[in-house]
Amino acid sequence: MERVKVTLAVNGREVEAWVTPNQPLSEVLRTDAGQTDVKYGCGEGVCGTCTVLLDGDPVNSCLVFAVQADGAQVTTLRGLLEADGTLGALQQSFLEHGGSQCGFCTPGMVLTAHWYVGGHPDADRDELRAALAGNFCRCTGYGKILDAVEAYAQEAAGGG
Amino acid sequence: MEGPFPRDFEEKVAGALRYADDWALPGMLHGAVVRASLPSARIVSIDTEDARAVPGVRAVLTAADVPHNVIAEEASGLGLDPVVMPVLAFDRVRYDGEPVAVVAAETQWAAEQAAALVAVEYEDLPGVFDPEEALTPQAPRVHAHGNRYASWLLEHGDLDAAFAAADVVVEETYRTQHVDHAYLEPEAGVGWIDGDGVLTLRVSTQVIEHARELAEILELPHSRVRVIGAYMGGGFGGKEDMTVEPYLALLAWRTKRPVRMVWTRQESLLARQKRHPFTMRYRTAATREGRITGQDIAIVGNAGAYPLLSTRVMFAAAVNATGPYRFDAARVSSVAAFTNTVPTSAFRGFGAMQVVFGYEQQIDRLADALGMDPLEVRERNFVRKGDPRATGEPIDTEVGIGECLRTATAALGGAPALAPRPGRRVGRGFACSMQPYGRAIFFADRASCWIGLEHDGTLVLRAGVTDLGGGQAASLAQIACEVLGVSIDRSSVHIADSALTPLVGGTFATRQLYMSGNAALKVARELRAKLEPVAAELLGAAGDELAWGSNRVCRSADPDHALTMAELARAAEDRGVMPYCHSTFEAEVGEFDPSTGRGRSFPDYTHGAHGVEVEVDEETGQVRVLRYVACHDVGRMIHRQRVEGQIEGAVAQGIGYALSEEVQIEEGVCASTLFADYLIPSSLDVPDVVAIPLELHPGKGPLGARGVGEPPIGPPAPATAAAIADAIGTRLTQLPMSPERVLAALRAARA
Repeated sequence: MERVKVTLAVNGREVEAWVTPNQPLSEVLRTDAGQTDVKYGCGEGVCGTCTVLLDGDPVNSCLVFAVQADGAQVTTLRGLLEADGTLGALQQSFLEHGGSQCGFCTPGMVLTAHWYVGGHPDADRDELRAALAGNFCRCTGYGKILDAVEAYAQEAAGGG
Repeated sequence: MEGPFPRDFEEKVAGALRYADDWALPGMLHGAVVRASLPSARIVSIDTEDARAVPGVRAVLTAADVPHNVIAEEASGLGLDPVVMPVLAFDRVRYDGEPVAVVAAETQWAAEQAAALVAVEYEDLPGVFDPEEALTPQAPRVHAHGNRYASWLLEHGDLDAAFAAADVVVEETYRTQHVDHAYLEPEAGVGWIDGDGVLTLRVSTQVIEHARELAEILELPHSRVRVIGAYMGGGFGGKEDMTVEPYLALLAWRTKRPVRMVWTRQESLLARQKRHPFTMRYRTAATREGRITGQDIAIVGNAGAYPLLSTRVMFAAAVNATGPYRFDAARVSSVAAFTNTVPTSAFRGFGAMQVVFGYEQQIDRLADALGMDPLEVRERNFVRKGDPRATGEPIDTEVGIGECLRTATAALGGAPALAPRPGRRVGRGFACSMQPYGRAIFFADRASCWIGLEHDGTLVLRAGVTDLGGGQAASLAQIACEVLGVSIDRSSVHIADSALTPLVGGTFATRQLYMSGNAALKVARELRAKLEPVAAELLGAAGDELAWGSNRVCRSADPDHALTMAELARAAEDRGVMPYCHSTFEAEVGEFDPSTGRGRSFPDYTHGAHGVEVEVDEETGQVRVLRYVACHDVGRMIHRQRVEGQIEGAVAQGIGYALSEEVQIEEGVCASTLFADYLIPSSLDVPDVVAIPLELHPGKGPLGARGVGEPPIGPPAPATAAAIADAIGTRLTQLPMSPERVLAALRAARA
């Protein structure tokens, strides 16, 4: 199959890749861009594990063709780290509240939550619960994830 | 909760942890499995020519290429398993999705293309798909020796007398379904030939000890196969049997190239082992005061096409079928039947889970029959220390289940969460359970651990434990650090390498805290005892005057004059006292006689009680879980947050089991191969679970801990069934309690 060049800005870093038109963005991020923090969970757009922010909005990167993302800004979990490599505030909150057990859903979960709280700083727990419904977790039962997101949202609201 | 946090958790939230599929090696090939498309057929021929012609294909292997085509695991521990499972099917296929061939190619795309071009000619054979039908004489045989195996019978007391004298007998049949582990990380790994010709696999597995079975398959010395366990993206028993390992091993060995293999979600749902569906016939005899006198229980489990761990699952089912209740007499039979469906094996709860749906509903039925409060019936029958099990052995630790139930009841307490709405009914239910932790006693379980101090005083622990995400590695570090007074951030734990870490046995059967935890405690105490005379000499103190903490040792009475751990380690070495130890913890052992059903079964149990409030939509049959409380006696908590995390997560899985999850298999063909069709709970399906771990009675784990990984998954289904019955007046006896089934029950009740 003929290959096409795409250019992505992944966590602010420019990545060029020659991709086939049928290659999902998730695969190109994992291989060409070396972003192993993008996970494969189902390839159907059901579990949310492969979530990244595409120009700021969450997408299931298994359902987006890489060619569709040409020229876009892509944020993965590692894009939420501070400039000095330390954990971002939401990541730290996941750590403190036990929001991560096996950790496999964590990239997608944290990115979705980060995006949602950014747009809804006053969200209550029920709204957060609804916002995360597209990101499955099989370990935690969601309670400690919601604790982590809620604490982060409250701190962000208080600090801002 | 204060830091420092275990490094693996920090890496997870940073997106830095390297899971099994996050490794790439130069020149790596990509593997794919060719799977049977029929549930029961003879293989007439396999044509690999077109597949080999795909550019980039480096190997297409069939059964003829497997040196010893047997996945050998004698699962019973008692020499009872008659049937072997091939790595690749050779004469016939026995379930939809069974591996028939395996391909390696330069790209994933080429591997998949080639796999699709392997032409297998089949001759359809009659199959059997229902386990009870499989046990009839005229049923097609899945294996030559017949479909019945793994048969256990436990008998205690005079059952006929108990039923003859009964004031009341309740009888019902309960059915459970195929469910999938549905961890978010599909089966994955990389295999290569390392230095010294050692075939090395880095895979997502609960059991690195499979290295030995892999060596047998390839007819290699055991010393030349090494399995490294990556941190898992969930396991729940689904990575206890081998998944990608034999296929990776074959391809890497044949091509002499590194090979990667990742199963798609869809093939994982299709063909990786599931939880056993059970049919459970319960007859329970009792006095009019509600005292249980007799339990007559017959369980049939659907093993699918191959044994895997069915023998052990059915054993756990039999031993636990009477639940945490006393009886004068009991007869429990459990049998597994081969069918032409996907094999079933380990899954959190391991046979002790399905039966909770049976024994708890029997108690509720008994309460109905007697017009008594179901909680009161439970209180009158709870087991106590010293009471016999159906095996004749006594329970030998204190049982805190009554307090768990009273705590759960009080916590659910007060008024319903929602005022009743038109067209909706609200109900409450409770369920209790007991779940063993540790392997069956006749396995004579062992776990080994190595511990040492580096010259800078940092602590190193080596143990072959695999980490499911439950903090298995972190808990060992915590136990060892506590004994030696070293802070967590001054420790490193090396885990899960069959070549380099002492073996502990896999992470399953809620055994890691019990086994490796005890091993870590034992070896840490031994190292401390070894170093104590050195510290005592240097501090001019007696050994028992020493205090260990904050990375220092000092005389308790004189904290200002302390040795750092670095000083102690170097001083010890100068004296020829090497600052490291290796030790093995041995679980208690006992005998079990399968011919009589008498003897010792499991080392100990964790007990718990759950309460749930649900809302049932009369129009749609949809059940919404409004509130959930789960209380367990965990003996001693090593880490509260992780204990709560285990409870909350298991409850969510249990809610999925109760209400929505089912791998549908129609005439042997899997109809649930999309994740979109397999409904695990989302954040909207699980309320905030109130987890209440109690430290009531010490168990047999380190420092008195009881295992908690599996126990909380049992009660959600029967508690939810009781809550639905409370809401609509009808008991459901089949899982999942889907909207269709609830609606049918509502209609039947109206008619």
